[in-house]
Amino acid sequence: MSDRTPSSSTHFVSGAPFDPYLVEADNDRGGSHASQLRLTWWRFRRHKLALISAILLLAAYLAIIVIEFLAPYNVATRNVDNIYAPPQQVHLFHEGAFVGPFVYGRTMTLDMKTLRRNYTDDTADIQKLRFFCRGDGYRFWNMVEGNLHLVCPAEDGEFFLLGTDRLGRDVLSRILYGARISLTIGLLGVMTSFVLGIVIGGLAGYWGGWFDMAVQRVTEVLQSIPSIPLWLAMAAIMPADWSPLVVYLGITFILGLLDWTGLARAVRSKLLALREEDYVLAAQMMGAKSPRIIGRHLVPGFMSHLIASATLTIPGMILGETTLSFLGLGIRPPITSWGVLLTEARTVNVVALYPWLLFPVIPVIVIILAFNFMGDGLRDAADPYN
Amino acid sequence: MLRYILWRIAVMIPTLIMISMLVFTIIELPPGDFFESYVEELRAIGEKADTQEIEDLKARYGFDKPAPLRYFDWVANFVRGDFGYSFEYRMPVADVVGDRVWLTVLVSTVTIIVTWLIAFPIGIYSATHKYSWGDYGLTLVGLIGIAVPNFILALVMMYFANIWFGTSIGHLMEPSFINEPMSWAKLKSILEHLWIPVIIIGTAGTAGMVRRVRANLLDEMHKQYVTTARAKGLHPFRTLMKYPFRMSLNFFISDIGSILPSIISGAEITAVVLSLETTGPMLIRALQNQDMYLAGSFLMFLAILTVIGVLVSDIALAILDPRIRLQGGRTK
Repeated sequence: MSDRTPSSSTHFVSGAPFDPYLVEADNDRGGSHASQLRLTWWRFRRHKLALISAILLLAAYLAIIVIEFLAPYNVATRNVDNIYAPPQQVHLFHEGAFVGPFVYGRTMTLDMKTLRRNYTDDTADIQKLRFFCRGDGYRFWNMVEGNLHLVCPAEDGEFFLLGTDRLGRDVLSRILYGARISLTIGLLGVMTSFVLGIVIGGLAGYWGGWFDMAVQRVTEVLQSIPSIPLWLAMAAIMPADWSPLVVYLGITFILGLLDWTGLARAVRSKLLALREEDYVLAAQMMGAKSPRIIGRHLVPGFMSHLIASATLTIPGMILGETTLSFLGLGIRPPITSWGVLLTEARTVNVVALYPWLLFPVIPVIVIILAFNFMGDGLRDAADPYN
Repeated sequence: MLRYILWRIAVMIPTLIMISMLVFTIIELPPGDFFESYVEELRAIGEKADTQEIEDLKARYGFDKPAPLRYFDWVANFVRGDFGYSFEYRMPVADVVGDRVWLTVLVSTVTIIVTWLIAFPIGIYSATHKYSWGDYGLTLVGLIGIAVPNFILALVMMYFANIWFGTSIGHLMEPSFINEPMSWAKLKSILEHLWIPVIIIGTAGTAGMVRRVRANLLDEMHKQYVTTARAKGLHPFRTLMKYPFRMSLNFFISDIGSILPSIISGAEITAVVLSLETTGPMLIRALQNQDMYLAGSFLMFLAILTVIGVLVSDIALAILDPRIRLQGGRTK
């Protein structure tokens, strides 16, 4: 087949040797032979906002691996001379001359009438920031000793980009450490609800009958009670002497346990439609058992939808954690999450006097928006043939 | 049709039984009971608890009996309209709850109506102007509404209301009207205070609603019957309102039932921050103090309201959409 000579007919035939693989690759460009995953990716790529969100989220999740390095201070470092210090401004120029990033040193005076601390910039005191420097010592992931930071204050200086809280702890560092908990809590919770939703919804949709009936009633029950009392009750059964880490795992489990109903309903209605397809009958004829048919033939068919809807439930879990922590039933203080940080800003006085304690709201909003945009993009992309 | 309604009502009974079991479990689960923490509290301030009184109360409310028996007692009394006794307020539950249930219903209803009034026009605009700047802008604003935790919104609004209007916006009415009987002056005071909680609680719900109205309208607007109507020369607005909009109302009706728990969940935290006289703060306190009859009655009331809401929405759907009626179940 490879050695065709140009024929004498009037039709033009290329003289180049025929390569069947090339032709196939050519056909592929139309998308007809691309795998489902590739089609999804092509469509997802077109949704610019979703793509940006996905990159942002990826960066955030990569960042929480090396928080110890990124944060200028440790999560619990207390600066007793800098209690409730407002955010410091980073300057580049001092009196017209370029110095590089630096902050002015500050002096604190206590207003004896209102008992407020006033911080004033001392423009003579230039504190140049250091990069890739030695600062607070930490145990990386509680294992390796280290003290390298991306940015630290000048020797004997201070650098509080987002201010400090009532114990003089750096708000920026605490937000960064909080990300480790807040970002993972949604993922673990969604995994729990994912497994429960697929198993229960799958069995209900495939078997139907009394099991379906029972599952529908349970979903209805769980959906007719406001979620906060359910959280409260479940958080209250966790013994007070549990270590904060176990409490954290417990909270993720609770969030997942109460969230599977929506997913189960989606799986069920999809399965109800899909189980009538011929290929299911074929699989049954060959003697496949129901778990195999569900897991191997049915669920992969709408996995992309499930992933998209799971992405859209993560924001709810992150918000749920802030709510639980606000009520004092969520994560407990030695462990720091964004919810725990926002608990510090629970009165109007704080909003009026120390508004920088509200900064943890910003990452909450950004992450939730990013998850929403990415979920929208995934949902649109999940159905490439549409 | 009648068969369908009867079937739906029959299905409600097992649901309600399961809800009552779940509610009982919720109030039973936390270790210890109200009396233990009460005795502890008294001991902490150095007083001796009146053990005789506590033993009497315990016996009267059957705390010496095993849990299943107490469950049956509780349900039997509840059905007869006896909601039990609030240990913390030392009053029957019905007297404690009083006004609060109605104020909660008022706040929730107004919130839901405001949500609809805002969400529908915006949703229709977003769907008809898909991918325009207006659509993107409104979507972003809506998403921010979802993303900001309610309690932070409440705090910030409280602060700015204080600065701009010089009023304190906590509570649902002037303090002098609390525990007063209903009057025109009280009603006026309530209406003056109502808008802040309505805005705060409504933000998240409105944003979600806009997104769903938009998605549903977009689904319908590409159907062939819309093309036909346009081809006939029907005015675009009339086409939209007469056909796709009516179709997209289906989802909206099926939401009526489930909107209540989500509104109430959102309202609880807001109510705590703003110290509103609704059921939210009282319910959370009752759950934390294990004032079990009070908490249990609240939860049961809310659940019953929701179940009735779901029933109404199912029946309305069946009336509107023969496909559902003939299938004998919800398709959503």
